[in-house]
Amino acid sequence: MNKVQVLIVDDSSVMRKIVERSLRQAGIEIEKVFEAGNGAEALVVLQDAKVDIILCDINMPVMDGLEFVKQLAGVENAKGVPVVMITTEGSEGHVVRALSAGAKGYLRKPFTADQVKEHILPVLAGKS
Amino acid sequence: MSLSTPNSSGVDHQSWHPVLVLSTQEVFETMLGSKLEVASEPPPDDALDVTGMVGLAGLLCGVLTVRCSMRAAGRMASKMLGIDADKASPEMWDAMGEICNMVAGNFKNKISGLGDGCMLSVPTVITGGDYSCRSMGDSTTLQSNFLFEEERFIVALQIHGQ
Repeated sequence: MNKVQVLIVDDSSVMRKIVERSLRQAGIEIEKVFEAGNGAEALVVLQDAKVDIILCDINMPVMDGLEFVKQLAGVENAKGVPVVMITTEGSEGHVVRALSAGAKGYLRKPFTADQVKEHILPVLAGKS
Repeated sequence: MSLSTPNSSGVDHQSWHPVLVLSTQEVFETMLGSKLEVASEPPPDDALDVTGMVGLAGLLCGVLTVRCSMRAAGRMASKMLGIDADKASPEMWDAMGEICNMVAGNFKNKISGLGDGCMLSVPTVITGGDYSCRSMGDSTTLQSNFLFEEERFIVALQIHGQ
């Protein structure tokens, strides 16, 4: 797999760093990481940045992850870019809502590096 | 683990205590690589400098808090990020909020009916211990004391309404 560009959307800077570290531990080669603290910031980032995958929290201030995923449909740079939700909201209802909104995967916090590998590698492989 | 639906009659909230303990232990083991032991005594009040809080609303209303010393909070951030404690200090508040969020989320996902029926707030972190917190309604509190790297800390869930 080629090196990837990643957008990590989470209101916690600690969690953004943990997600990045977990991706590297999972053996995913990263060219560049873009970060955003909520969905609205992520939409701004995507005006200029082209990424291979978006990893997104659900509960965030300003614009939550589900609204962000819905709004991605109108973003040129996000066309065909898979989104994986990474969140504490682990109920079946949340999973269904996230997948219905357009997410391609779902990972519950807390997570291990193995779970990151299991959930994100197939999504990246599917994209390529 | 699933327990009875929270709003069903006769639910003894104290029966959720083991779930709170397990939820906390799982977060620390998975995200910090630390095996938590349950402590028999809480830390002294003057050692509780940092409080992380997450509100719960819906089928279950309440507040989940994680309280610890500044030093313990710094160590938690250090373990989460895999960096030295002195470098992790600026991330301490954020780490505390995220630990609180994950414990609350993990807890509600283990109780049948709460996953979809209960929402979490964005976390808040308070520094300083000289404050009191008063609920506007009847409440029950589940509290567990833990030992993390020789530092005791408290995880409490205050449940509003009965």
